[in-house]
Amino acid sequence: MTTITDATPPQVAQDAEPPRRRRILGAGKQLHAGPVTYLVLILFAVISLAPLLWTAVAASRTNTRLAQTPPPFWFGGNLFKNLETAWNQAGMGTAMWNTILVAATITVGTVLFSTLAGFAFAKLRFRFSTTLLLITIGTMMIPPQLAVVPLYLWMTDLGWANHLQTVILPTLVSAFGTFFMRQYLVQALPTELIEAARVDGASSLRVVWHVVFPAARPAMAVLGLLTFVMAWNDFLWPIIALNGENPTVQVALNQLGTGYIPDDSVIMAGALLGTLPLLIAFLLFGKQIVGGIMQGAVKG
Amino acid sequence: MTSSDEALAQSATSADTAPGSQEPGAARGAQGRGTAPTGAGTWRSRLYRWDMKASPYAFISPFFIIFGAFSLVPLLYTAWYSLHHVQLSNLDGQTWAGLDNYTNLFQSDFFWNALKNTFTIGVISTVPQLIAAIWLAHMLNYRLRGSTVWRVVMLTPYATSVAAATLVFVLLFSPDTGMINWALDLVGIDPVNWRESDWGSQAAVSSIVIWRWTGYNALIYLAAMQAIPADLYESAALDGANRWQQFRHVTIPMLRPTILFTVVVSTIGATQLFGEPLLFGGVSGTKGGSEHQYQTLGLYMYDQGWIVGNLGKASAIAWSMFLILLIVAAVNLLITRRLRKTQ
Repeated sequence: MTTITDATPPQVAQDAEPPRRRRILGAGKQLHAGPVTYLVLILFAVISLAPLLWTAVAASRTNTRLAQTPPPFWFGGNLFKNLETAWNQAGMGTAMWNTILVAATITVGTVLFSTLAGFAFAKLRFRFSTTLLLITIGTMMIPPQLAVVPLYLWMTDLGWANHLQTVILPTLVSAFGTFFMRQYLVQALPTELIEAARVDGASSLRVVWHVVFPAARPAMAVLGLLTFVMAWNDFLWPIIALNGENPTVQVALNQLGTGYIPDDSVIMAGALLGTLPLLIAFLLFGKQIVGGIMQGAVKG
Repeated sequence: MTSSDEALAQSATSADTAPGSQEPGAARGAQGRGTAPTGAGTWRSRLYRWDMKASPYAFISPFFIIFGAFSLVPLLYTAWYSLHHVQLSNLDGQTWAGLDNYTNLFQSDFFWNALKNTFTIGVISTVPQLIAAIWLAHMLNYRLRGSTVWRVVMLTPYATSVAAATLVFVLLFSPDTGMINWALDLVGIDPVNWRESDWGSQAAVSSIVIWRWTGYNALIYLAAMQAIPADLYESAALDGANRWQQFRHVTIPMLRPTILFTVVVSTIGATQLFGEPLLFGGVSGTKGGSEHQYQTLGLYMYDQGWIVGNLGKASAIAWSMFLILLIVAAVNLLITRRLRKTQ
């Protein structure tokens, strides 16, 4: 667990893909996929994408049309009207800005604190480090339900109900993130680099700034993406802590789902709006997100 | 808070002073990596040693402070509140309740119903999900055209929030006008009442979980499959194993730790299941359907706490959930040990 000597040079930019692809080729028996495989994969892909596509279809129709059978299979002409209603009346507009702020703050905090703690667990010697690391991993088992009653009472006392810091603060650190960065830095950060900086008389903070952050950058980016997705989609605590006056996207969607605007096409427009930013992120950074999940899995 | 601030401040000061001035003491301290310098330590080398000692704790302290303040302390307070009468309508009037909340809970049919539903939905969402994920991973592990595109496509449901996904599935599963009953009708199957029937509604809720997480788990299996050494397959092939036998006797055994990992993670997720049944129920979502047919423990807790307004009982439900999770984890650990021994 605490091997701090294995120092593979950091293959920083392209650490995930090339070796992996070579391994697939080397696997030999993993031959080219046949037509049947492609067929089944296409089936899986359709199942994955169809509900999202249909969200857009339904959002472009009217409530009356959605109440008829057979359900619509192609786009209608009502998309922008429904998006506008969702944006203005269902509070999706406020919700989007709020969520961008919340998710961005949580992402910055989580990446920063996870990198610091991950570095300490990966490369520094201190008492109880193994025990503390195990505790960190163990905390991932605790359901959020165990915290919400007291948090709700305290936040109400503080007058923080409906304020964004209420949903930011508890999620500002992540056990998963800490472990993720630790696993990455054990391999990617050569101990000699730290030693060299030490010999030059650098303090720990300088080491972090000039040695750790540059080496950790690819993993920080991936962790940032994963954290942003999780923060954007966080549900339980936000719907307790916030209401319709100052919602996040998930709070606004929850209100839509419980009959705030009884119009299915508007509800679908809201769902579409609330998902769109993450879909765009997947379009742009899908490869990195996939790599991050697979990386976390192998080392975890 | 104060100790970490001090530590940070200290390392900041040494950051300002140490680098430019190549003090012999500092350099010696550096080579020793935290061991005592041989000569008489100047204040700077002492500062340096202090930096070496304190900085690891400073670096991990943000995690532990925030985790402690917003998770660990609340966890203990939840236990405390579970022993009190705490009403949403009268937050200041808390009175000691002893074990009332728990006895009340264990005598309630709704609690046992919620426990049963959590278990049923947990099983029918986790088992097909993980089997499909292994199958999908196996196919993604072939040499594919555009392998990255396939992976990203399979992961898109993960980008969809619980709320958005559930709102769509509510329409798809609508008993009268939904796409799914329409498709069943096409192939001559009677429409299913996905809202009211026990198994129908539980299957519908499970399908949301399956849809969102299959691709994610497939990627985790795929990563593990790619770490299996190729020569294992080669020697299996030399022994005359066909593809299925290779999958059965090489891939699956090598995946065993990963499978256990995903089972544990999925179990934790299933125990907390909340958003899907809440939004699937629409206006009366916290009841989990007219007959409470898909009310899970997470939903029951939210219902008791914030709809009924009994936060003390909600705390008791939360702790019961936690204890159940601990038992499940312990059983899992025992099974893992047993498996390791028999291997």
